[in-house]
Amino acid sequence: MREDVLIVDGVTVRLGGREVLHDVRFAIRPGEFVGLIGSNGAGKTTLMRVILGLLPPSAGQVRLGRAGIGYVPQKIQLDPDMPLRARDLVGLGLDGNRLGIPLPSRSRRKLVDEMLRAVDAEHIGNARVGNLSGGEQQRVLIAHALISRPALLLLDEPLANLDIASEQEVVELLARIAREQRVAVLLSAHEMNPLLPVMNRIVYLAAGRAASGPTDEVVRSEVLSKLYGHHVDVIHVHDRVLVVAGRGDGLDIPLEPATPAAS
Amino acid sequence: MFSGFMVNTWAVASIVAVVAGVVGFFVVLRGSAFAADALPTGAFAGAAGASLIGVNTLVGLTVFSLLGALGIGWLGRRARHDVAVALALVAMLGLGALFLSFTTEYEPEISSLLFGEVLGISVNEIAPVAALGAVCIAAIMVLYRPLLLSSVMPELGEARGVRAQRIEMCFLVVLALATSMALPVVGALLIFSLMIGPPAAARSVTDRPWPAMGLSVVLALVTVWTAIAASYQTNWPVGFFVGAIGAVCYAAGRGWTALRRTRLTRSAGSAVAAGPDGSAGARARGVLA
Amino acid sequence: MNHVLTAIVEPGFFASAPVHVALLIGGVVAVVSGIIGTFTVMRGQSYAGHALADISVTGGSGSFLIGISPLWGFAGTSVAAAGIMDLIGVQRPRGRDLATGIVRGAGLGLGALFLYWDTTHTTTTGATITILFGSMFTINTSVIPVVAAFGLAAVGIVAALYRPLLLSSASSDLAAVRGVRVRATGALCLAAIALAVSLSALTIGAILSTALLVGPAATALRLTARPGLVMIWSAAIGLAATWLGILLAFDSYYWPPARQGWPVSFFVVALVLLFYLLTLMRPAARGVKPGRG
Repeated sequence: MREDVLIVDGVTVRLGGREVLHDVRFAIRPGEFVGLIGSNGAGKTTLMRVILGLLPPSAGQVRLGRAGIGYVPQKIQLDPDMPLRARDLVGLGLDGNRLGIPLPSRSRRKLVDEMLRAVDAEHIGNARVGNLSGGEQQRVLIAHALISRPALLLLDEPLANLDIASEQEVVELLARIAREQRVAVLLSAHEMNPLLPVMNRIVYLAAGRAASGPTDEVVRSEVLSKLYGHHVDVIHVHDRVLVVAGRGDGLDIPLEPATPAAS
Repeated sequence: MFSGFMVNTWAVASIVAVVAGVVGFFVVLRGSAFAADALPTGAFAGAAGASLIGVNTLVGLTVFSLLGALGIGWLGRRARHDVAVALALVAMLGLGALFLSFTTEYEPEISSLLFGEVLGISVNEIAPVAALGAVCIAAIMVLYRPLLLSSVMPELGEARGVRAQRIEMCFLVVLALATSMALPVVGALLIFSLMIGPPAAARSVTDRPWPAMGLSVVLALVTVWTAIAASYQTNWPVGFFVGAIGAVCYAAGRGWTALRRTRLTRSAGSAVAAGPDGSAGARARGVLA
Repeated sequence: MNHVLTAIVEPGFFASAPVHVALLIGGVVAVVSGIIGTFTVMRGQSYAGHALADISVTGGSGSFLIGISPLWGFAGTSVAAAGIMDLIGVQRPRGRDLATGIVRGAGLGLGALFLYWDTTHTTTTGATITILFGSMFTINTSVIPVVAAFGLAAVGIVAALYRPLLLSSASSDLAAVRGVRVRATGALCLAAIALAVSLSALTIGAILSTALLVGPAATALRLTARPGLVMIWSAAIGLAATWLGILLAFDSYYWPPARQGWPVSFFVVALVLLFYLLTLMRPAARGVKPGRG
């Protein structure tokens, strides 16, 4: 049995006197494409930061496979005059923590070019990262994360604020990269529908509690109702999924697509 | 220390403290510590130049700090903000160095311009200082709402038609005027301690703008009065006391905030509530976080 | 040809011993400031650099009190202040600036006190001028090895931390995930900035050392997008401004109105600003124009 790429074992996080995550458990196997789904405030970002080692859990632990994680944040704020070209940022994904002055190396340059090609960003290799559009920056960040050949790629809300066409483009790009580079993918999103075609498994987060497994096993009325702590309906319309919470007074509030969380 | 010419000092210093408390509230809100710091330092060059050509020091100060404000505004559009302030600052200081070199006996005067002088205030200065102070406060009152909005939520401000750059420029001008009037008493290098310490402390006590501004004025008055009294007694520079007391105010403010946060965490207890992320502390800190 | 040369370079320039010292030390300081300045501007720490420079006034005036060379005073206090600033540093940039300002205020207040004691308790005159505006032409040759040591230390720090600094300036999260000790890296960088400003405090004065720290770097950033080139350009521009400044100051010895020379610090600052303003006339270097994403 190949070893797991990531094991989240009973992670609980308390912040400011409030329990943000409670006993979250799941594992990711090599090559899997996993969606971390939850509305805003469910704890997705907190969980990601724990996995990345940026936030210590109050209980439980995170175990990583040998090859490590590549992290793709939603965006990074850079001044346009920051002297960092796309290829510089990607190269730093390889050796950003090493001391000393880097000597120009042909093999390093080749690797950087290869990564830029893998994300369709060759033509912007020499542009300043601060001048790139959102989509271009995202691809450069993916290359930065991939270049160290991690076993798992972690993406923080890569689909946020995108229109439907762009969403689809990004999902296809990610699926293709996952296949070609042979990395597992864990990405967070507040809407699962764009990911249904490519997702192997889902980790559904609600009110700090998680349910994980194959999508059609997890996204069911019984499972989600238990998670939310009140009755929830799962409705299939064509090949889209709607999760709706009832308030009992005749007002049905859809929990997905993302709308203000039910109170 | 309350006799004769010292009365002038108390009067001017009190006006300065009131203005510093009000303007400083926005300095802290906007985080424009560097600008508040740079303008007076540059204004000092104006004072040097003014005395060189025999013009009233206050006029030279004001002109230079206004030029500095314009410089920061102009450069700020072309470069990142902190670089713009740094360059405008050294431009003015370089000129100051030049002007100073043209005079001969200048050391005590430099000291008093930079670090403050308790004894040097004449009765003629009260009126112009009061006038400048009134202008500053009036400007803040007029600009109050757009200034508050663009400081706290710039995007919302833009949506409501509040042009961030225009407000920034106006604020810089008010800042320039405020520093010009404060410079003779407190000295160029320490005006901003007065504009940061008391307001920062006030803000950690309360989030609501009017009480915070009021408290900030009170703390600024206390700071200035203590500094003048201490300076008069020991002969040490006023600026030293302002810097020290400003730091104490700031530290007290930070300490109070930290204390409040631990108390809040303990009282929030083990509530496992679903809902929007962010602790109760975020709400208590209000929109001015 | 000879006439042109004497018009630009007053006779005696190349023979003068203080000029040699000035060119050497001024040159080293300019190069160090240019290199460190690149990281300062990149990390948005121009204010911290300015604050550290002002705080070194305290060290300078303190050094007059106890009779040691000002350079030790500058360096000691600015490195200590860097440590304090790092300790009380707040995460959000706004909070960081306020903390910086307060530390600067407290430090300067202390400096005011020391300067006052300098004038009342010691017989040294012109302490204020020396500390605030530098002593380019009156530097004691005994400090040359110290200057070299501090310069090497500062440049050594940023050379060793080159990649972690670059990455953490872009994103501290990305750096942390890569294994960079972000906090320690930042503290060391601040210490390097402290050393750099204390060196330039010696030549052009504490108050103006910000010019050599920020100006050439800001100019270089507009010229090229490649990180290595930025540092080289920054050092070169600082060097040019300093050497030309020394030359002009020497030439100005008989200029009105005081006929004792215009201050070298003024010329250096003016040239630094001139170079920057020249680059404002052309749009910043953007690298290859990005295609449609």
